[in-house]
Amino acid sequence: MAVAAAMSVFGVDARLNNPYPAEESVDNIVYSSFSERPKHLDPARAYSSDEYGFIAQIYEPPLQYHFLERPYTLVPLTADGMPEVRFFDASGKQLPDSAEAAVVAYTEYEVRLRPGVMYQPHPALAHDGRGRYLYHDLTAKQVDSLRKLDDFAETGSRGLRADDYVYQIKRLADPQTHSPIAGVMAQYIVGFGDLAEKIKSAREQSGTGYLDLREFELSGVEVVDAHTYRVRVKRKYPQFLYWQAMPFFAAMPWEADRFYGQPGLAERNITLDWYPIGTGPFMLAENNPNLRMVLARNPNFHGEAYPVSGEREDEIAGLLEDAGAMMPFIDKAIYSLEKESIPRWNKFLQGYYDNSGISSDSFDQAIQFTTQGDAGLTESMAERGIELTTSVQASIFYMGFNMLDDNIGGGSERARKLRHAISIAVDFEEFISIFTNGRGVPAQGPLPPGIFGHRDGEEGINPYVYDWVDARPRRKPIEAARQLMREAGYDDGIDQQTGRPLVLHFEAVARGPDDKARLNWIRKQFDKLGIQLVVRSTDYNRFREKMLKGTGEIFFWGWNADYPDSENFLFLLYGPNSKAKFNGENASNYANPEFDGLFEKMKNMDNGPERKRIIDRMVNIARRDAPWLWGFHPKSFSLFHSWYRNVKPNLMANNTLKYKRVDPELRHRLREEWNEPVLWPIGMVGGLLVLSVIPAVVSFRRRERSTAL
Amino acid sequence: MIAYIVRRLLYAIPILIGVNLLTFVLFFVVNTPDDIARSQLGDRRVTQEAIDSWKAVNGYDRPIVFNTKVAGVEKLTNTIFFDKSVRLFAFDFGRSDSGRDISYDISQRMWPSLVIAVPTLLVGILVNITFAMLIAFFRATYIDFWGVVLCVILLSISSLFYIIAGQYLLSKLFHLVPISGYDTGLNALKFLILPVVISVIHGIGSGTRWYRTIFLEEIGKDYVRTARAKGLGEGIVLFRHVLKNAMIPILTGVVVVLPLLFMGSLITESFFGIPGLGSYTIEGIQRQDFAIVRSMVFLGSVLYIFGLILTDISYTLVDPRVRFS
Repeated sequence: MAVAAAMSVFGVDARLNNPYPAEESVDNIVYSSFSERPKHLDPARAYSSDEYGFIAQIYEPPLQYHFLERPYTLVPLTADGMPEVRFFDASGKQLPDSAEAAVVAYTEYEVRLRPGVMYQPHPALAHDGRGRYLYHDLTAKQVDSLRKLDDFAETGSRGLRADDYVYQIKRLADPQTHSPIAGVMAQYIVGFGDLAEKIKSAREQSGTGYLDLREFELSGVEVVDAHTYRVRVKRKYPQFLYWQAMPFFAAMPWEADRFYGQPGLAERNITLDWYPIGTGPFMLAENNPNLRMVLARNPNFHGEAYPVSGEREDEIAGLLEDAGAMMPFIDKAIYSLEKESIPRWNKFLQGYYDNSGISSDSFDQAIQFTTQGDAGLTESMAERGIELTTSVQASIFYMGFNMLDDNIGGGSERARKLRHAISIAVDFEEFISIFTNGRGVPAQGPLPPGIFGHRDGEEGINPYVYDWVDARPRRKPIEAARQLMREAGYDDGIDQQTGRPLVLHFEAVARGPDDKARLNWIRKQFDKLGIQLVVRSTDYNRFREKMLKGTGEIFFWGWNADYPDSENFLFLLYGPNSKAKFNGENASNYANPEFDGLFEKMKNMDNGPERKRIIDRMVNIARRDAPWLWGFHPKSFSLFHSWYRNVKPNLMANNTLKYKRVDPELRHRLREEWNEPVLWPIGMVGGLLVLSVIPAVVSFRRRERSTAL
Repeated sequence: MIAYIVRRLLYAIPILIGVNLLTFVLFFVVNTPDDIARSQLGDRRVTQEAIDSWKAVNGYDRPIVFNTKVAGVEKLTNTIFFDKSVRLFAFDFGRSDSGRDISYDISQRMWPSLVIAVPTLLVGILVNITFAMLIAFFRATYIDFWGVVLCVILLSISSLFYIIAGQYLLSKLFHLVPISGYDTGLNALKFLILPVVISVIHGIGSGTRWYRTIFLEEIGKDYVRTARAKGLGEGIVLFRHVLKNAMIPILTGVVVVLPLLFMGSLITESFFGIPGLGSYTIEGIQRQDFAIVRSMVFLGSVLYIFGLILTDISYTLVDPRVRFS
């Protein structure tokens, strides 16, 4: 009681373990956590899920993914409709929409923006009464008095314009921006590479300060009118629309670059990478990534209605109850830094986070599997009203073989049989069960479920590794692998040509005890075939170096989709993307002329039967050549409380905070119920202390009074 | 005394150069400038041009320690080592590889570290002295024996255990304090209780044993026997004589760690989500941000040297027999 009284003196909530101020208890706030500080908040640089979790709520590209519909569908965001797409041949003549990819020399995307979109309040847009920018020509003295963006007394806003999108594309080309997709875009956007060169030489003359990119021409991008712009890309490149749904292509007002480019601001940590400026439903109200990040409702948000359609089961799940209602539904989202999984999990159970993933430590506490293998919540979770969503991610974790390696690589029948034998022996069903708590689906090829070209059922299995038995894929018996080993000339793991045991090397990035168990398991899988696997553990830098130089032999790697298209996975096996030869993303350095030819044909095609036929052929080639041991597609398990609504996993969309709704009253009531302080231990400890002091005091007094003899 | 301090400060210069050189060598043995660039730019789709451009902008495009392409003194000065190191001696930490002003970040993040470390130190000293005196008072009894056993048990347990057990009991089971987090002002109080209590309990084992040894050493000295011979009670002997003289090693032991309180605790800050300098250092290492690692190691060395000088000074203040030479 004393503690409770003391805490109440300091204005702390009656629930002593509440980490938030009591006055927020019934506010319309989403509480969540993050474990890694986002490296970049500049949409031209950010490229990881940690970063997108924040900036996708702030910046708006012209397109977005429909929140509910599957397969993933692009819909307009700030665009007034889907972009108009026109095809041209090499002479500049417009082609019909049905034109073959081979004859298309250029594709033009015309984007018309919806009117009335405004930027969030920001000092870069603040004007005085005569229309002059207040903070574009700061003096050294003014800069000295600044430490954060809130130190600017005035803010302003303006309407979104087409040239803001054009400006951002120019920023992608600016070498000083260090955009990770500059290399890709240089291959497609007309004039992108030339612009990069021009900016580079201009910077060499002017230094690293502000450069007005509006003065540089980008031949493939033009402003048609205040609300329309066109982008011209080389050849037919349907995936360009997917890029238009990523923050890379969000609007950026030139004023932001002008404002942040002033001397002295970067030295005072006032940069675009730290203080975003967007048109989205939220703005970054507090950026303290060492403690918390707070997104607050953007008062200038243009408004957007909740989707009115979705999948059939969405209605049953109550996901259409808000159909047509204006978003966002919450006022604020507070993300606290939680580096360790135990505090994060316990705070979720105490109701202080609205949603949570499930770490391996907590998995058994949260999830139980039915006899059919379906995942469900444990009783203790269900009693609290916690709900579970699962989804197979558009990702793949695979074990790659370096195709440049003399032992395991190459296109010879011998090497291929060896790789097939290993593919059978390494039991990924067991791996998923042991190391991911069953959260994964064994991969049958490079394409995850939900991606165009992926096939389910019998026609989708990898016939080199699986048989179709009892209406489900079953891994071939180990004897089949041993037979392949014999055929390859490695009977019982002994090279029949040299008489020596076959020794292969696994390149590992080992960080802790968990990795040791995983590496031991992998070693045992190879041991089934008599292959001696030598694990070469190293740090990530050396591992990456081996991959870049092509000196690794077998390795484990993964890929998360940028967009839901098969091209974004198959390009990982495209020869000219070889990591060792061309610094691309093809880490196994696989090269097959037939596969490469089909890829070049497929990548520019629209989805349809012909494209599917080509993809089938490519997948079959890849399965036959087996440059990867296909591994698994991870399955994400997410938990959320009963007061947190409109939850549907969307693996492509990152801007999903605006759809979320909370019931703060219910949350407050349940938090109170779940976190009643237990005060008797304090009394008990105090009592024990007193009891233990008494004999000491008695003994002390006795000694004091005792005589020497 | 001033001459002594000046001499010690001059000694510090080669030590700091050595520490800086060692940090530099160790860091660049496992990280090339390309690795540093990649850690900032990410792995996906990044081109060699982008890496080269990043290195040029951030000063990593020069040779590491010796530049053969220039003449004269520039062979040494036009290098990454010189460029990144010399400014440290003026306490100009520059900007991190991600572009942040390190001095500002340190100035912001040292306060949470101090807010945890200072109460932990003060309460810890008080508790440890109390227990040590109690055990010393009951020396050679079962209280002494079991007290020492308890201390050995306490200091044998990993600090992680204390943290996890503390979070489980006080926050998860009894709902008495937030399990992790931090805030500013008075709101920080509720977040401090658990880490301070855990840190104090974690320190009891080693602290009490050390202080007990000091007390027992003092108790065996002639002046204590003289005091007893005068007829003074054991309490007066302990509190007025033994404690006073035992405070010399205790005080000097405390003074040496005072400057290091700024540096924070790596594990405690990480587990409790406290945005102090300990977690700042860990982040720098994890992100391969050489600028942060270099700055924190340099700052740690400076503070340690400062602590040692303070210790020497404090010796002369509390023990007039000690003189500088």
